[in-house]
Amino acid sequence: MSEIYIDPSLVDPVLMRGMTQRRMGRRGILKAAGLGVAASGLAACSVKGKATVKPSAAPNNAAVAKFWADKKSTGHVNFANWPLYMDPKHPELKKFTAQTGITVKYSEVINDVSSFFAKVQPQLAAKQSIGYDLMVLTNGIEFAEMIQLGYYAPLDHSKMPNFTKNVGAKYTKEAFDPGNNYSVPWASGITGIGYNPKYVTTAPTSLQDLQNPAYKGKVGMFSDTEEIGVFAMLAVGATPETSTPADWQKAADWLKKQQSAGLVRKYYDQDYIAALGNGDIWLSMAWSGDIYQNNASGGAAQLKFTIPSEGGTLWTDNMTIPYTADNALDALKLIDFFYDPAIAASLAEYINYITPVPAAQQVMKTQAAGESGSDKTDLMELADSPLVFPSDTDLAKLHYYRTFRSPAEHDQYNAIFSPIVTS
Amino acid sequence: MTAATVAPPTAPSGAVGPGRHPGMWHRLRSRLTPYWLALPGTLWLVIFFLVPMVAMLSLSLTQGDILNGFQQTFHWQNYTQSISDYHVQFVRSLWYGVVSTVLQVAIAYPVAYWIAFRGGSRKSFYLFLLLLPFFVSFVLRTTSWNFILADNGILLGPLKNAGLVSQNFHILATTPAVIGGLTYNYIPFMVLPIYVALERVDPRLLEAAYDLYASRVRAFRRVVLPLSLPGIFAGVVITFVPVSSDYVNAHILGGPTNTMIGNVIQNMFLTTQQYPVGAALSFALMAVLLVGLFAYARALGTEDVLEAAAT
Repeated sequence: MSEIYIDPSLVDPVLMRGMTQRRMGRRGILKAAGLGVAASGLAACSVKGKATVKPSAAPNNAAVAKFWADKKSTGHVNFANWPLYMDPKHPELKKFTAQTGITVKYSEVINDVSSFFAKVQPQLAAKQSIGYDLMVLTNGIEFAEMIQLGYYAPLDHSKMPNFTKNVGAKYTKEAFDPGNNYSVPWASGITGIGYNPKYVTTAPTSLQDLQNPAYKGKVGMFSDTEEIGVFAMLAVGATPETSTPADWQKAADWLKKQQSAGLVRKYYDQDYIAALGNGDIWLSMAWSGDIYQNNASGGAAQLKFTIPSEGGTLWTDNMTIPYTADNALDALKLIDFFYDPAIAASLAEYINYITPVPAAQQVMKTQAAGESGSDKTDLMELADSPLVFPSDTDLAKLHYYRTFRSPAEHDQYNAIFSPIVTS
Repeated sequence: MTAATVAPPTAPSGAVGPGRHPGMWHRLRSRLTPYWLALPGTLWLVIFFLVPMVAMLSLSLTQGDILNGFQQTFHWQNYTQSISDYHVQFVRSLWYGVVSTVLQVAIAYPVAYWIAFRGGSRKSFYLFLLLLPFFVSFVLRTTSWNFILADNGILLGPLKNAGLVSQNFHILATTPAVIGGLTYNYIPFMVLPIYVALERVDPRLLEAAYDLYASRVRAFRRVVLPLSLPGIFAGVVITFVPVSSDYVNAHILGGPTNTMIGNVIQNMFLTTQQYPVGAALSFALMAVLLVGLFAYARALGTEDVLEAAAT
């Protein structure tokens, strides 16, 4: 219990949850009841501790060397990522295969970190392969837990020349994994307010716009307690990173007021974007890249995005290798490949989230110079977009999820915010 | 109602072929045969049902967290605490379950009646139509209602433009939307058992009733309805349980205050990692549903719930 939760919190793009419904075999229940389950049987079934918790978060050089000593290239990588996080034609992966001969199986299986973690955790605890060698996970509670449980392969920076050369300095100092011992960023994003200008004529500037009675029943909020907590804390003037349980309570009251005034249409996962497009909601908490993708892909409506004056949230999705990966070495090569500025630019052009490779901006501008017409303006717009290459002043306005120092603190936080999103 | 049953241990007669001498070994073998036949089903239940059930029951009494593991401390407070925290969602789920089940009976009975008595040679075609939606995923069907019922969608858009409903009117994110979704998704499970029961009603019984000067209403009330009760009972049993523990409809069609107990349990397991609380809520729900079903069986005069459900 003396363990320290190093980390900022949860999840983000939370898509649909598990689709299977819990069904009970009625007849079986009766039979089980008839057998009279003895208490001693129950005790025997208690769930064991998940894994040995590492004494220190940072691996030493010997541990890194030991992990990689017996790893051999197999010529294949299984890559687990989120939906819409790469051009569906996978041009970058094709280039990678052409260059290295390593084939990549790309699966869009991560819809939300919590449930992905719930799915792979038993295998990782049993030291078994999870079938993926590379996974993209958001900084947050599960991300921190996986570090603590020793589920990530320690990264060998000597095998990552592109990363060492091209990564933005800021990304080597992130609180959730300083020094990139276990993870390197795939992309970062901002949580702000998205709105449909067809219905919201005065551009929202403040979080208090989410309490405007004119938008009764038309406000979307996120169901993720970490996300909604940060927003409400900013709205009541608290600093999320250093917030106390008293701040959480104040923030929760702000959210309850919003709910009981009938402002909230629903607590959304990823589906808020469709609702925003078709007018079911007029304004909503939103992820920056979603709004840009919606507009770029000719969504039903052209949406707008703003960072409230009180601030917004910055989160990072990170590439990690599970410690039981079958093809760890090939996965590491692929990670490094994404840090080639040309590849990073190509990725950012599709996903429109913040790239951790600042040099990608120059690549885009050079590319734009060689293009003409709308291709040129689109590329220039992207290269200048504050949402893909945010300035330091923009970044200063953004906050991180609350860092929990113990599981008890996490439980306390959840006890305050969970009842609101599951009213 | 397809769960395997343990066959009664009666020795099948004529198991020994003619012209052979039935030795003791043979007799023993034929006596054991029913048990051998029951073995796969029993094993299935033990491995895939009983073991997980006991594991979950055990989990519901533990304390701890995902980092340090969950220790068995027979912490019964998991039950009292979680029920006092989430009794609103609990009661709401049962309420939705009752309303939806009643609606299903009201809608399904006439449909089943019509197919059974007026379907003629096309009965199986109508039944096929009834099952056709099942070829599309449950979630997809529910989500499609999101498009149909959107505030400015294909249904409400024209109505609003014509001024027939107010601009602020919406169906999604309301209680009727959730109950409607539940009813829609489970109705075939109600129609089929009622149909099976009605199909068995001998039309000559009706003729006899008419011959004895029963009016159509009276014949229905005194002959058809009682004979179809086991079908209604089976339908209620099959649908009420999954409807009450459903979480997909509330998630997709509901608003901020339509959360059902299934959503809470899912949240406990997949988001907040409070496995013991989730497990305790699951068992509490299971207990409430079982008690409810037995009370219902008693009220309906069906002695054996299993028997009735299996018909």
